[in-house]
Amino acid sequence: MSDGVGTMNLLMILPLAIGALLGLYLSAGSVDTTIYLHGLLLTAFCVVFIFRVIQSDGKTGGPANPNSSIDYNDAVVRAGVIATTFWGVIGFTVGLVIALQLAFPVLNLDLPWTSFGRLRPLHTSAVIFAFGGNALLMTSFHVVQRTCQARLAGGYAPWFVFWGYQLVIIMAATGYVFGVTQGKEYAEPEWYVDLWLTIVWVTYLLVFLGTLWNRKEPHIYVANWFYLAFIVTIAMLHIVNNLALPVSWFGAKSYPVFAGVQDALTQWWYGHNAVGFFLTAGFLGIMYYYIPKQANRPVYSYRLSIVHFWSLIFLYIWAGPHHLHYTALPDWAQTLGMTFSIMLWMPSWGGMINGLMTLSGAWDKLRTDPILRMMAISVAFYGMSTFEGPLMSIKAVNSLSHYTDWTIGHVHSGALGWVGMVSFGAIYFLAPVMFNRERLYSLRLVSAHFWLATLGIALYAAAMWVSGILQGLMWRSYDVLGFLEYSFAETVDAMHPFYVIRAIGGGMYVVGALIMAWNVYRTARGDVRTEKPYVDALAQPASA
Amino acid sequence: MDYTTLAEFAQTWGLVYMVAIFIGVLIYALRPGAKKKFDRAARIPLKED
Repeated sequence: MSDGVGTMNLLMILPLAIGALLGLYLSAGSVDTTIYLHGLLLTAFCVVFIFRVIQSDGKTGGPANPNSSIDYNDAVVRAGVIATTFWGVIGFTVGLVIALQLAFPVLNLDLPWTSFGRLRPLHTSAVIFAFGGNALLMTSFHVVQRTCQARLAGGYAPWFVFWGYQLVIIMAATGYVFGVTQGKEYAEPEWYVDLWLTIVWVTYLLVFLGTLWNRKEPHIYVANWFYLAFIVTIAMLHIVNNLALPVSWFGAKSYPVFAGVQDALTQWWYGHNAVGFFLTAGFLGIMYYYIPKQANRPVYSYRLSIVHFWSLIFLYIWAGPHHLHYTALPDWAQTLGMTFSIMLWMPSWGGMINGLMTLSGAWDKLRTDPILRMMAISVAFYGMSTFEGPLMSIKAVNSLSHYTDWTIGHVHSGALGWVGMVSFGAIYFLAPVMFNRERLYSLRLVSAHFWLATLGIALYAAAMWVSGILQGLMWRSYDVLGFLEYSFAETVDAMHPFYVIRAIGGGMYVVGALIMAWNVYRTARGDVRTEKPYVDALAQPASA
Repeated sequence: MDYTTLAEFAQTWGLVYMVAIFIGVLIYALRPGAKKKFDRAARIPLKED
């Protein structure tokens, strides 16, 4: 073992040893079962990590392609491919379970741990943070290395980010099932998980910045700007929104430092920018790298991508108040949120046009390349949901749509259509590259996944539009005497057929994800499916 | 500084600040001299790896 490796090992081992002791200390003094178990989990994590650091002796992962001239760390990207696929299947399946619970309440099983109220945050966190978060870790670690022509910085640090993030997911998910939540949407984990995520996230930022610092390529490619904006802004949002005081340092329960409308605004400033910077900016980084890569053409307009980036990040941060229309939030703040949401139409559509027009002159590839087709439809869904969002932020529309299933439909056309599809495209691109295989196991199965997912989303969104508008209209209808025409239970009853259709659409999406998992598994094993190949248009004689 | 002063400052200078930044971005992105640089930048993902 060289001295350099020894120092690096110690730098990793020392904080991990402190973490292991801290876990034991929390466990020993715990006032509730959750801290008792999560303290032990932290200790186990740190001990296993120390063991792995010693065992690997400074080898932190090499390039997937042994002939690569640069010593890329592809091992952590490969781990990301597996984790993203795994959490995708879990998150979508829990989504299907809760969709079925809404249609058939008996499926709540009358147990606290399986009730809708606890499984719903499990679903949203599993899909957004476990599936989406791992997709962002995986692709950002890949893109920043390739576009900087430099190895990922920090030795073990990227591995700490990867595994530390999985620990956040495990602690959050088990907490929800046992009823631990701070009740803030998309920020449900309690204070100690928030602190752990902060450590992981700051390490992530340092790894990313360190790699940019080491770059051989003088220009920082636009995808990296989107990733950097995502990492920095999420750090800021996460810290401010989770400012809270624990009741005891040995207990899970905490109370936020803000109260009333200030708390609500902080929450939706966070909540909407989780959409804007996590689910949009980060995934636009994916779009700007993987679509040019898969189409083998440069992005339609690099200049537009710069204008897209700066206008998107300057506008998004103000849009949050549209979640609080007709509440105690001052009227001018509501109008401000609405105005900025409408202005967001322009950068959103500018970005969509930039992504789609990258295929200009190569549209035939959509016929022969199902992976590119998946990426193209994701951008189309991006355009659709970023058109719908500003529309719903208009106060008059919001008075009908808010609190109804229309919102759920909107979120899912964005999450399943845009975030899901562009991540699937990146997974299909990365699987053969990261496992150093000639090609993907099966393109026909990608096509099957494409159609199942697309039709699934169509069923989902259409059902939620009808159900949401019906719900909104029933809630606001009065009889001649000025009484509400429908009781709440009657509106719930009216939703039933749409909930069944939604569950069918969601089920198709889950089946598609299972097909992808199978495809990735077989690709990793190095198998190639015997199937009818897609005819490459370029191989045919040119027509007039 | 009371609420009205702060709101007035935000509503006037905030606008100037945002418009100035946007114009700055447009100039940076669209200036003719940068064409070669951005054409090269757009090809970064297509390099062999």
